[in-house]
Amino acid sequence: MLFVDILWKLLEIVLVAAVALPTTAALLVWAERRVSAFMQDRLGPNRVGPAGLLQPIADLLKFIFKEDVVPGHVNKAIYILAPALSLVPALLAFAVVPYARDMAILDVNVGILYVFSVSSIAVYGITLGGWASNSKYSLLGGVRASAQMISYELALGLSVVPVLLVTGETHLGRIVEWQAANGWLVLYLFPAWIIFLVSSYAETNRLPFDCPEAETELVAGYHTEYSSMKFALFFLAEYIHMITASALTVTLFFGGWHVPFFTLPEGGWGTTLSCLAFCAKTGFFLFLFIWVRWTLPRFRYDQLMNLGWKILLPASLGIIMLTAGGVALLAD
Amino acid sequence: MEKQVSTVFFWIFAALIAGSGLIAITRRNAVATAMWASLCFVGIAGEFILMHAYFLAVVEVLVYAGAIMVLFLFVIMLINLREEDLKATEGAQLHIAGALFSLGFLGALVWTVRRAGLFDIPLNAKYVGAEGTAAAAAGETAQLAVPLFSDYVLPFEIVSFLLLSAIVGSVLITKRRLS
Repeated sequence: MLFVDILWKLLEIVLVAAVALPTTAALLVWAERRVSAFMQDRLGPNRVGPAGLLQPIADLLKFIFKEDVVPGHVNKAIYILAPALSLVPALLAFAVVPYARDMAILDVNVGILYVFSVSSIAVYGITLGGWASNSKYSLLGGVRASAQMISYELALGLSVVPVLLVTGETHLGRIVEWQAANGWLVLYLFPAWIIFLVSSYAETNRLPFDCPEAETELVAGYHTEYSSMKFALFFLAEYIHMITASALTVTLFFGGWHVPFFTLPEGGWGTTLSCLAFCAKTGFFLFLFIWVRWTLPRFRYDQLMNLGWKILLPASLGIIMLTAGGVALLAD
Repeated sequence: MEKQVSTVFFWIFAALIAGSGLIAITRRNAVATAMWASLCFVGIAGEFILMHAYFLAVVEVLVYAGAIMVLFLFVIMLINLREEDLKATEGAQLHIAGALFSLGFLGALVWTVRRAGLFDIPLNAKYVGAEGTAAAAAGETAQLAVPLFSDYVLPFEIVSFLLLSAIVGSVLITKRRLS
C-alpha cells in the first residue's frame, strides 16, 4: 500500500470515528429530547442556538467541567477501563458498514461476522463497569446486561442468516449490491427483519428493553457510580451503538445506499447522493428508536428473557429453515 | 516492506499472547484472569489476520472473547468469589496435579505439531508476506464450509450430537426435580 493511500485511510477513519459518529450522536441526544418533548406536549431544550441545536455542546461542556468522582470502594483499574471498553467496540463496529457506493473503511469479506464479533466485545464494558463499581445496583445492572446481551445476540445473529442464505455473501458491500440488483431484502425477509429489529433494541439496551439501567429498580444500573466524562463515555457509547444498529438495519434489509426507481450517476456525484440516501435511511431508523422509546413501557425482566429464548430464538430458527428450503427449491 | 511490517506485528502479537497468557494464570482475582485471557484471544485473532485468515480471526473473537469469556465473567460475578474461598485451592497436591496435567498437554501439542511436520518450517515463514494467500482468502469461508459439510459431514454431526447431549445433560443435572 502506498504512503498516500495510508494517509487517505487515516483521514477517512478520523472523519468517520472522530467527527461523523460523535456529531450524529450529539444530534441524536438533542433530537431525543426534542421529540420526547413534542410527544408529551412540551417544547424541550430550545434556548441554546437555533431551535436548541447547540444544546449538546452545552451538555458536553458541563460534562467536562463536572468533578470526576472515583468512589473509594471501586476496583480502580477496571473501573477506569470499563467506559473505554464500552465505547471502542461501538466505534469499531461501524468500520465495515458501506456508507456510500463502493465506500467502507474496512473492506473485508467477513464483514457481517466482523460486526458481530466486535459488538460481542461491547458487553464487557457494561458488565465490568457494573462489577468494578462494587455497589449492589451497579452489579445487578451489569449482571442483567450481560445476560440480556448474550441472549439476544443469538436471535440477532440467527436473524441475519437468512440474508446470507439469499444473497450468498458475507461481504456487506456486495449484500447491498445484490439488493440494488434484485430489490431490498426486507421484501423477501420481512419476519427476519422484525426479529433483527427487536433484538437490536435489546442489544443496545434501549427501551422497551433497558432493564440494565431501569431507574425505578436500579437507580441508574451499571453506571450508577460513574460521573463526569466517564459517564459521558457510556452515554456516547449507547448512542453510537444505536447509530451502528440503524446503519446495519439499512445495509442488511433496506438496500444500504441504493435509491429505488432512480439510477445513480457515475463518479463523485453518484457517490455523494448514495451517501445521502444512506444517511437519510439511517436517520429514519434512529427516529424509530426515539419513537419506540417514548411510546412503549419497559418490559419486566422475565418477560424479556421469555421473549428472547422462547419466541425470537425458535422463530428465527424456523425462518432459517424456511429460507433454506426456499433457496434450495429455487436453485433447482 | 510489507514483509518487515508483518514480521514486526507477528512478534508483537506473539508477545501479547504469551504475556497475557502468563499473567492470566498467575492472577488471584478471577475477573482479572478472565480479562487477561480474553486479551490473549485477541492476540491469537491478530495472528490469524497476519495469515489472511480473516474468518478464523473473527470467529476467534466472536466465540472465545465474545461468548465464552463473557459467560465466565457472568458466572464469576454471580458467585462473587472471596479471598477465604480461594484458601481451599491451595496445597501441594493440586499444584503437582496441575503441573503434570499441563506438561502432558504440552507434550500432546508438541507431538501433534511435529507429526504435522510444522517444525521443519522456519518459525514465521508461513505468516509473513505469503503472496497469493490474500487471493485465496477471498473464497475462504466457502473453502472452510464446503469440506466441513461434504467430506467431514459425519464427524461434524457427531461433534454436534456430543455438544447437544452435553447441553441436555447439564440441564438435567441443574434441574433436580423433573415434574
